[in-house]
Amino acid sequence: MPKLKLPNPIPDQLRPRPQRPGEGNGRKSTKDVVIESGRDAGISVVDWVDERTSLSGAARWTMFRKVPKGTNWFYTLGSATMFAFLSQAVTGVFLAMYYDPSPTRAYESTRHITNEVFLGEFVRGMHKWGATVMMVLIFLHMGRTFFFGAYKYPRELNWVVGVVLLVLTMIMSLTGYLLPFDQRSFWATIVADNINGTGPFLGPYLADFLRAGPEFGATTLARFYSIHMLLVPGAIAALIGVHLYLVAKLGTTAPPWVKAEEPEQLRTEKV
Amino acid sequence: MADRRKEKSPYTEDRNIPGAFEGETVTRRRLMVGSVHAFGAMATAAIGLPALGFALGPVFERQRARWEDVGTPEDFVDFTYRPKVITVESGAGEVGKTTVYVRKHNEEVDGPVKDSYDDFVAISTRCMHLGCPVRYIDASQRFVCPCHGGVYDFVGKVSGGPPVRPLDRFYTRVRRGRLEIGPRYSVNSELRRFSPRDAGQPLDGIGQYLYPRRFTTPELD
Repeated sequence: MPKLKLPNPIPDQLRPRPQRPGEGNGRKSTKDVVIESGRDAGISVVDWVDERTSLSGAARWTMFRKVPKGTNWFYTLGSATMFAFLSQAVTGVFLAMYYDPSPTRAYESTRHITNEVFLGEFVRGMHKWGATVMMVLIFLHMGRTFFFGAYKYPRELNWVVGVVLLVLTMIMSLTGYLLPFDQRSFWATIVADNINGTGPFLGPYLADFLRAGPEFGATTLARFYSIHMLLVPGAIAALIGVHLYLVAKLGTTAPPWVKAEEPEQLRTEKV
Repeated sequence: MADRRKEKSPYTEDRNIPGAFEGETVTRRRLMVGSVHAFGAMATAAIGLPALGFALGPVFERQRARWEDVGTPEDFVDFTYRPKVITVESGAGEVGKTTVYVRKHNEEVDGPVKDSYDDFVAISTRCMHLGCPVRYIDASQRFVCPCHGGVYDFVGKVSGGPPVRPLDRFYTRVRRGRLEIGPRYSVNSELRRFSPRDAGQPLDGIGQYLYPRRFTTPELD
């Protein structure tokens, strides 16, 4: 017996009529066997994987959770942020196919993406505006968590992970801003780098680290590109995993206006 | 809370461990586990430390002083600046270039010549607020920054806006009848020389200690 109840892929109307008693010779025709095994094939494959991984248990644990009364649309802001990140990841991968992170070619390749590549302007626009959307969604999600008191015990650690994710996203914004390599990107990065340099004692060295030297040079752009597309996205993806694990483990909170139901006993005693 | 477990003897012999011998305190299992962890740590360090060094290397790398020819000494006067474009970073194309405003030393505004690098004044266009490019306006004899409104006077001292110190300068020298622009240096509000600091780092008072000299500072040859 398959463990997973999957919806039958063949609608009732198309299903072969069951044999009436006396019809045929009691053996299934080849056609029936083919239909039957075809119908079971999908289930068998899922079952084969599930038997070896127990993924269905994990899926049930993550997806079929108890949700408190009063859960509303505000609770979707976290998922919305995650989908904004996924959209950034996908469009970013495609942009990387055309982008060239060298100081002499970067602007030219960005111009090429925008003006000449088929749908290039669209994909670049998705990435550019998606970054803003992600930032906005993060703060809405953070505001929801704050105003609903969802950061309180036992979810403090998830708040901390969320703040780290916010900082990582800001690093993405900062490093991504340089990549088009126009005047605005360049000078904004100079300014950002000098702001980093104003930290006492370690600031000057931090600025040198970000620039890969005392002046904005040939490797600065490559360094920002590598941080933008390899280092930080990996960290964000991993931390989103931790964030989601904690959500699944601890469950979500009810909105503050939903009162906890008193147990039956106490209610009768009050009356 | 006191340890309620029975006090264990440190000797393996007393703990009835098979194969124990007199005076032995570390079991073979502990030794193996310990050495596996140590080898794991060494293997991680063997990969991790070079990778970290690779990323951090440029912070500790001393740059070479570069001197760039900008023309003959007669091209410059002492009452106004001539803009010159020099390369401060090779291999970066247009990005590695910067504009420098150059004039002859003027004893009326600059005081006596300090040393052989002081015969010409080469002012950097990097605004000392956050690094935007300043422009010299001849009519007002001021350097003006487009980003946040920093204003500097004729010798590069701050006369308004957010900048924290006067404009950086470059060492200058005359070789074989040509004026050469060398490495950058920073100055405090009394125009005392310091090793180059980034924009936004004050050099008066406590500032010079909060923002120490960097390892990348080139040596003047």
